[in-house]
Amino acid sequence: MSEIISGFFQAIDLIVNLDPEVMQIATLSLLISLAATIIAAVISIPLGGLIHFYEFRGKRVLIVLIQTLYSVPTVVVGLLLYLFLSRSGPLGYFGLLFTPEGMILGQAILIIPIITGLVIAALGGVDRNISDTLISLGATGFQTIIQIVREARLAILSAVVLGFGRAISEVGVAMMIGGNIRDATRVLTTAIALQTGIGDFPFSIALGIILLIIALIVVIVLNLITAGLSVEAQQALGGPRT
Amino acid sequence: MKRFSASSLGVLLVILLVGGVIIAGCTTTTPTTTTTPPTTAAAEKPKLLIATTTSLYDTKLLDYLEPKFESQYNVDIQITSQGTGKAIEIAKKGDADVLLVHSPSQELAFVKDGFGINRRSFASNYFLVVGPSADPAGIKNMTPEKAYTALHQKGTNNTAGVYFVSRGDASGTHTAEKAIWSKAGYNYTTSVVKSGAWYIEAGKGMGETLQMASEKGAYTFTDEGTYLSYKSNLTLVPIISEGSSLLNIYSVMTVYNDKQPVEKIQMANNFINFLISSQTQADIGNFGVDKYGKALFTPMSIKVPTAPAGNVGDYSTPATALKP
Repeated sequence: MSEIISGFFQAIDLIVNLDPEVMQIATLSLLISLAATIIAAVISIPLGGLIHFYEFRGKRVLIVLIQTLYSVPTVVVGLLLYLFLSRSGPLGYFGLLFTPEGMILGQAILIIPIITGLVIAALGGVDRNISDTLISLGATGFQTIIQIVREARLAILSAVVLGFGRAISEVGVAMMIGGNIRDATRVLTTAIALQTGIGDFPFSIALGIILLIIALIVVIVLNLITAGLSVEAQQALGGPRT
Repeated sequence: MKRFSASSLGVLLVILLVGGVIIAGCTTTTPTTTTTPPTTAAAEKPKLLIATTTSLYDTKLLDYLEPKFESQYNVDIQITSQGTGKAIEIAKKGDADVLLVHSPSQELAFVKDGFGINRRSFASNYFLVVGPSADPAGIKNMTPEKAYTALHQKGTNNTAGVYFVSRGDASGTHTAEKAIWSKAGYNYTTSVVKSGAWYIEAGKGMGETLQMASEKGAYTFTDEGTYLSYKSNLTLVPIISEGSSLLNIYSVMTVYNDKQPVEKIQMANNFINFLISSQTQADIGNFGVDKYGKALFTPMSIKVPTAPAGNVGDYSTPATALKP
């Protein structure tokens, strides 16, 4: 138990003193997972929209498949991607194995199903009356879609936040594709695994606390952006909307 | 209709902001390639990727030697530590340049199959059987083989307090443990595994296995380095520390395959020659003394252990071969 307390103090110490190695690991974690989340969001939000708004054969099956992929073990994604990125694999030519770029790719693949699935759910959650009203008021198909996306923005934001959370907290892809190489691909989760293996429990807990602080900052920023969007929209309407 | 145009304005803002985030994202992703401030200059340096085992990496010996090698050669050493099985697989696929492990039988097969060249042994130490200080199986100071026989008998008889936690992960340490079972006359797969609740396969790294054994008050088989660095978290004490089958030999080899550029092979050979050089051998012999009061490794320059043929590789001839 004493490890938890000393871990907490060590976390404060590492943050206050801007420990260069920890700062580098933390920055790399943030950049990799943020990049993966942005790539995944750019792909998943339109993809989710496409699946929600268009009726096609096998739609239910596709959604079930996407939801199944929520559960894909991170180590399995890491292993499959490893076999592709290995020098002896089909994509070996690009030299992405054991690089941050490879880790971004892996984490993006990992969270695309989550964000896509939750975007579909978010759009499905928008009251049907809204789209009916929009159409009756003479909105074009495009305008209707945009308005529904706007109504669902909070739920879409949650999808993106959850995707980021899964990316920054996962260890399977980071270990298999990154390789936990010091000064190159070591991120917070693989560093925690390493320190736990060595038996430095307080340091592991300190790194865990730093990871949560980063997550807190990212979530706050994303929420501010969404809140900002609402305010902008209200101002555009000429005052608070009731 | 007014409400609509206003909403479209909001939508436009959404798009702009998302776009802004993406652009910001792009500008922040660019630095990821250079987010290695300590090695920004090293970004252009050639890389030498070493695949090694967790138990060796966790002792920090390689972290200690890395800057010494890098100061001699214009190269950026990158080390990935994985379980022995995984490290060998990575090397077989040509994803590493140097393989550094402690599992002679697997190394010899690796070299024989043409995946590696220039195998050199550079250090050794001893495995330990550790367990609760009360020693419920009464095996203290037995030979490893006799101790295992006693553990097996008492374990399968459900003697109170007799448990053994095995790595169970095809690691170098696990391979060494299996070799002792075999020497003690047991068929590992048929009469040790699943022979009762006393034999626990952890499937974890050495540190976590030690932790598990400590929590259960069980015996386990460990390398000395990990035990010493983990000791303060454990209730386990060394029970058996002598016996030829406890010998743990560390070897290094250059990864070879037809796609491997000759420069990488040469640099890997440089690294091997660095490890067996008299200066590095002396450094290895001093490593850990300040922290643990004793050296974690015995370099070949101090003592060449006696072991079955092939287990100790060449330790003095410079590595020069560029192909098998």
